[in-house]
Amino acid sequence: MKTIIGEKLGMTQVFDDDNRAIPVTVVKAGPVRVIQIKRPETDGYGAIQIAFKEMSADKATRPAVGHFAKAGVAPHRHIVEVRVDDPDAFEPGQEINVGDVLEAGKKADVTGITKGKGFAGVIKRHGFAGQGASHGAHKVHRAPGAIGACATPARVFKGKRLPGRMGSDRQTIMNLDVVQVDPERNLVLVRGAIPGPKGAIVVLREAVKAHG
Amino acid sequence: MNTIDQIEAAYLRDDIPDFGPGDTVRVDVRVIEGGRERIQSFEGVVIARSGGGVRETFTVRKISFGVGVERIFPVHAPIISEIEVLRRGDVRRAKLYYLRDRVGKAARIKEKRD
Repeated sequence: MKTIIGEKLGMTQVFDDDNRAIPVTVVKAGPVRVIQIKRPETDGYGAIQIAFKEMSADKATRPAVGHFAKAGVAPHRHIVEVRVDDPDAFEPGQEINVGDVLEAGKKADVTGITKGKGFAGVIKRHGFAGQGASHGAHKVHRAPGAIGACATPARVFKGKRLPGRMGSDRQTIMNLDVVQVDPERNLVLVRGAIPGPKGAIVVLREAVKAHG
Repeated sequence: MNTIDQIEAAYLRDDIPDFGPGDTVRVDVRVIEGGRERIQSFEGVVIARSGGGVRETFTVRKISFGVGVERIFPVHAPIISEIEVLRRGDVRRAKLYYLRDRVGKAARIKEKRD
């Protein structure tokens, strides 16, 4: 599977050939280095480990330095493992650029960690309607209302949508249009929004469910 | 210059005249009708400019058959063939939304004197 790691830089818009404004997210993607190959014979499955954003060896932990040294690569900040069918097509130390993975006009899937919203109520978290602003409503305007019956079943069902931590979830947005790929500057422009704040680490891959 | 500014720079137009709120402008827009391209003009008072970079837009207000009409254009939109400044207005604020509540004489704008 063609995959690359990137950093979300932010959003802007570009104009397409029909002069329409296209909202795009700019991602600085790669280059990433292959640091480990996993093979079905030795590891039980085929995968490659790719690393993004070089860092100084002083800052890396000793085990990490050793792991990178095996591939003959300087330590990097972010590592992602990608399942591949043919691990032998890759070699440790190999560099993968955004041009090898994505192509303008094709589709991409983008995975990232969404912005954390903290402890959120049911209106924000689950889209509940809330209660009346008036008609005698007192201190219950954004409250969930009833959460179940009484003596039967005498408990709240599991999975009942209630307030709680929202955001900071791993989320994949599928089939985003790849608007532009700039291999020289390692940039890719995908149409629409992607998870996370500016500076977030995201994983981009060739769309797995794209049709046609 | 950060990366996003660099990407936007490719789409910025340098043939846009200097204009701001209070100015009366004529915006010539290219419209495609049945495969044929023609120019449509929209003339009115600029009541706001907002945003920055390639996302900057401006709002033009005119009174058409007694009805107020506002149209928002992206400053750098390729469909704009020309923006002509017809009159410079002397105004004291950046957003002239108060014009929406005024008609006729009250909605006049002083002309700027150099």
